[in-house]
Amino acid sequence: MREAGWSRELTGTLVAAACAVGVLPMLVSTYTLTVLVIYGMLGLSLGLVWGFGGILCFGQAAFFGLGAYTYAIAAINIGESTVPMLLAVAIPAGFAALLGAMLFYGRLTDVYLGVITLVVTLILHRFMNATAGSDYVIGNARLGGFNGIPGFQTLNVPGHPASYVWGDSLYYFCAACLLLVYLLVSALLRSSFGRIAVGIRENETRAALMGYDVPARKTVMFTAGAAIAGLAGALFANWAEIVTPRLFSLGQSADIIIWCIVGGLGTRIGPVLGAAGLSYLKFLLGQQGLIHNSVVSGAILVLFVLFLPGGIAPVLANAWRSVTQRRPRRRSPRRRGPRSSLASGDA
Amino acid sequence: MPETVLETQGLTMRFGGVLAVAQVDFRLASHELRCLIGPNGAGKSTFFKCITGLLQPTEGQIFMRGRETTRWPAHQVASRGVGTKTQVPSVMDGLSVFENIWLAARRFLPPQAATRKADETITRLALGPIARGSPGRLAHGERQHVELGMVMAGDPWLVLLDEPAAGMTGGDVERLTEIVEEFTRTAAVVVVEHDMQFIRSIARIVTVFHRGAVLLEGHVDAVLADPAVRSVYLGQAA
Repeated sequence: MREAGWSRELTGTLVAAACAVGVLPMLVSTYTLTVLVIYGMLGLSLGLVWGFGGILCFGQAAFFGLGAYTYAIAAINIGESTVPMLLAVAIPAGFAALLGAMLFYGRLTDVYLGVITLVVTLILHRFMNATAGSDYVIGNARLGGFNGIPGFQTLNVPGHPASYVWGDSLYYFCAACLLLVYLLVSALLRSSFGRIAVGIRENETRAALMGYDVPARKTVMFTAGAAIAGLAGALFANWAEIVTPRLFSLGQSADIIIWCIVGGLGTRIGPVLGAAGLSYLKFLLGQQGLIHNSVVSGAILVLFVLFLPGGIAPVLANAWRSVTQRRPRRRSPRRRGPRSSLASGDA
Repeated sequence: MPETVLETQGLTMRFGGVLAVAQVDFRLASHELRCLIGPNGAGKSTFFKCITGLLQPTEGQIFMRGRETTRWPAHQVASRGVGTKTQVPSVMDGLSVFENIWLAARRFLPPQAATRKADETITRLALGPIARGSPGRLAHGERQHVELGMVMAGDPWLVLLDEPAAGMTGGDVERLTEIVEEFTRTAAVVVVEHDMQFIRSIARIVTVFHRGAVLLEGHVDAVLADPAVRSVYLGQAA
């Protein structure tokens, strides 16, 4: 039963993704779409950690920025992009494992966790801003202070440093990465590890009394989220072709949280849609001068918290169900209910 | 003499200036059913939390099956096969009853065996009609049963039940009595309870807590007839 559900879901996801990836370039330029896909991945990283792991991390931008900086610095020093891409996943993950272990074994929860992750991001922001001048050099890469690091080797076909992946190809590459990450996240949530993580989110004390090592599991979850954010950061560096301390900014961190809330916390697709949708809105608003961006995102956040606290994804899922269930039902909906709440997010 | 499965020596827990548990020496034999009674604030629940690792005792030692477990974290104690029901039912409201019990079984079993174990536990506790729903919508007594199911699914050899009868109706209490009897077939059981009816129906040996210390220990009839117990506990309860 579970296997059948998984293969059906897999097919559904692949078909939906192929349609979206194919159709969207007719409506929006691939250059813009690329960054929307990257932000979708960044949203998904916090959606996993917060929505399923119950860890409210205010500093997801720290891992995003670290991924981008790691890529830029490594690309300048190494030249070929394959190893820098891998490092951009590994270094934020390693940093998150250390930070997470300190937080979770120190029994910090809720608001303290939020404050510390936020402060870590602000420290990185401050630090990167202060790295102007020739004293701050890693290998051949100057950190460049608030100007950031431009001019690094961008993504190339592995083994062929001269064949760049850019433009439309970068868009398709990013979309494939997002799809892969999405499927990995889905598989993780279906596994026992994912189900236990949701149990920990629901009741940590009970999970501990069942015999589950809560700090270790939360650290792993936190690390997985950071690895995804790091990958998103590396892709962002390739898209923007420059990394600046703004990646670590407070606004960036806040945006990720808003994406998750608006998209739908506790679903997988919600944060992806929230990220892409709100970022596109921000892009459109950026083309006019009448009303400031942050006013609109703030208003959207307030409206969602008040009127649609579950976010968009559950609404879409319900709409989809009411469309598909007009036909005579083949399977009993009762059977789907509780199982899918664990593997979660029918959307 | 049967094997001692749980022993505390000079167990003490201080919260700032408050002495919640004072120098408690406690021994429990395998397959024994022990009831802890005492007025509110006597330190029973704190004593439980020290044993399960939810609190770290200030002083003293805890031994389980001959191995010292003092200051072990809760998950390590639980992994040794200790099942705990907390005073306020501790269940996972966002998951279904089935998933709650499945997660408890999964700790000790591979996924498929855990599913079988969860189904079996649900049948044993007659939770079938509510298995697919969330425990968040259930009455207090039913939540207690869900939590008992989670304890049962782990097949513990030591069961700690903190006020299992609270919020239960007459019929529920009868079911609970059967469940506790069932536990004693495979495990040693410690029950903290206020419900005297329930205590009389299940208890053999009773330990009375008063102001963090053990006041008296003995057979249920002798203990409940004791004038000192009556004055500290029954007198105040009345």
